[in-house]
Amino acid sequence: MSDTITKDASAPAGDNTPKTEPAKNQKPERVASLWSDAVRDLRRNPLFIIGGVLVLALIVISIVPGWFTDGSPFANGACDLSHSLERPSAEHWFGYDVQGCDNYTRTIWGARNSIIVGILTTTLVTVVGSLLGLLAGWKGGVIDSILSRFTEIFFSIPTLLGGMLIMSMLGKGNAYTVSLVMAVLGWPQIYRIMRASVLANKNNDYVMAARALGAGAGRITFRHILPNAIAPVIVVAAISLGVYIGAESALSYLGIGVQSPEISWGLMISDAQVRFLAAPHVLLFPAAVLSVTVLAFIMLGDAVRDALDPKLR
Amino acid sequence: MTTVIEKNQKSGRLEIGTPLLEVKDLHVEFHTRDGVAKAVNGVNYSVAAGETLAVLGESGSGKSVTAQTIMGILDMPPGKISQGQILFRGQDMLAMKEEERRLIRGQKIAMIFQDALSSLNPVMTVGAQLGEMFRVHRGASKKEAREKAIELMERVRIPAARQRVGDYPHQFSGGMRQRIMIAMALSMEPDLIIADEPTTALDVTVQAQVMDLLAELQAEYNMGLILITHDLGVVADVADKIAVMYAGRIVETAPVRELYANPAHPYTKGLLRSIPRLDQKGQELYAIKGLPPNLLKVPAGCAFNPRCDVATDLCRTEIPKLHQVTDKDGKELTGRRSACHLWKETLHG
Repeated sequence: MSDTITKDASAPAGDNTPKTEPAKNQKPERVASLWSDAVRDLRRNPLFIIGGVLVLALIVISIVPGWFTDGSPFANGACDLSHSLERPSAEHWFGYDVQGCDNYTRTIWGARNSIIVGILTTTLVTVVGSLLGLLAGWKGGVIDSILSRFTEIFFSIPTLLGGMLIMSMLGKGNAYTVSLVMAVLGWPQIYRIMRASVLANKNNDYVMAARALGAGAGRITFRHILPNAIAPVIVVAAISLGVYIGAESALSYLGIGVQSPEISWGLMISDAQVRFLAAPHVLLFPAAVLSVTVLAFIMLGDAVRDALDPKLR
Repeated sequence: MTTVIEKNQKSGRLEIGTPLLEVKDLHVEFHTRDGVAKAVNGVNYSVAAGETLAVLGESGSGKSVTAQTIMGILDMPPGKISQGQILFRGQDMLAMKEEERRLIRGQKIAMIFQDALSSLNPVMTVGAQLGEMFRVHRGASKKEAREKAIELMERVRIPAARQRVGDYPHQFSGGMRQRIMIAMALSMEPDLIIADEPTTALDVTVQAQVMDLLAELQAEYNMGLILITHDLGVVADVADKIAVMYAGRIVETAPVRELYANPAHPYTKGLLRSIPRLDQKGQELYAIKGLPPNLLKVPAGCAFNPRCDVATDLCRTEIPKLHQVTDKDGKELTGRRSACHLWKETLHG
């Protein structure tokens, strides 16, 4: 409901800018394709704008946390035990943790691990899942059967539980091992979507036409089938990014993800929970930032899904 | 095995009449859960440079399967070529390796499909799709490919080709899309084009334009053309000879005018009678009774016998051969054959 209202309200404002454009731009107005349609849809979607701004901010924070804080939490003297558990103040917005470290600095620096895990896991999952899905869908037959049964084995392992198991076997974890473990457990989802999407697309006439014109298997797969089949994969990948960030925090919270002295929101929450009643701010700030991060990515994913799924229009 | 091909030195095109394609006793079957469907049962036909062969038949008569087999794009399995030869300039394509065949596809033999919208990739611009031919087969650069694409679009008379080269297939009208398909088939200047119902998805005026364009380009390049259709109207103007197919067999072949004037098979006769005519206004339209046979259980004898008005006991037991047709004096009519036990009665009676 509120969606439609905001859209209506922003419509006249949005209309004003293009009106002046054709004068400068001699190009005739193009009827939109799937992708340009999606881009136009996204630009108008408040969900996408809010999610996009938040995600962009988070990425900048994780690349250059120094811009947002005075000092590094790893520097000598960064923590002062005399400030232990001090409440938020005008100078120290998030207060101090039990070690007397500035909670705000740590929260900012903690973003890096979350973003690394989110992006790395999603990339790995998408690349591996897509390639295998493409192979299974295109080749079919025995290759498809073997790959699909193999996938089902992985699919039957719950991500978090399986992650706990593998991480505890690996011992000391960091952002990269966490990403790898979650990618190992996460690719079947993308594989399935890609396979189904390829199956739906490969019997189209244009694939036969490409064959009739002498295109080889590689060209047909990557130039003709992949671009037509990739939309649902992008959607799921965008949504799962947030989920992976949440999962990293869960693993770190359980003590088998990112390890101290590295900083992770999950780890901070875990450390703070013992004194939650005495000093709730130590836990609440990283928890809130984590929630907002996951929410931002999921909002972004939702917006992309709406834009790419013509049936939802 | 290779026959000597005389190419015109100047243009590099084949002389009119050079034999191009010969399909010999082709059998194709589909293995399905319900049994074996014999889609093509001993089809023979040939096309020469500059010649147009129309293959006429209802849905399921095997005309498209034959074409797909020639192109080598039949899905196997479930399809299976159980017998036969397809000679392209004297070489049996069925005996070739896939890599060799791929070089023929698109470059020597090209195909135009029925529905241009679904035959063009929706996420690629038409320029990219046209240019792809040059990039794949000729190793052209992106820029060269684009120029070639524009040239081709102009060739098939798409207005404002330069402006439209970056448009997507859905931005074109049906007739324009079919022109793009034709341009794509023409791009490598093939010796033979197979057009599988190229005008079925178009309305009548556009049909005529597209057929004219196709005929004109064929004459210009001296190509052989196999025109697959179920539309007798499309065939009349452009084809040189016709092969009528029914249940996977050729039932009649004839030069186009003779077939229209004087069919030698009851099925052809029925088809021609089914065309609505202006001078029969108000009368009930003629239709061949019954349905095309289920290919899993084709009737014994002549496949057409349950629908035929003149069928005899012989028709129910014995499959008719493709007889050479003669005129009343017993003189052989060139290019005319009929697979009917009663062809004499049908033709002369």
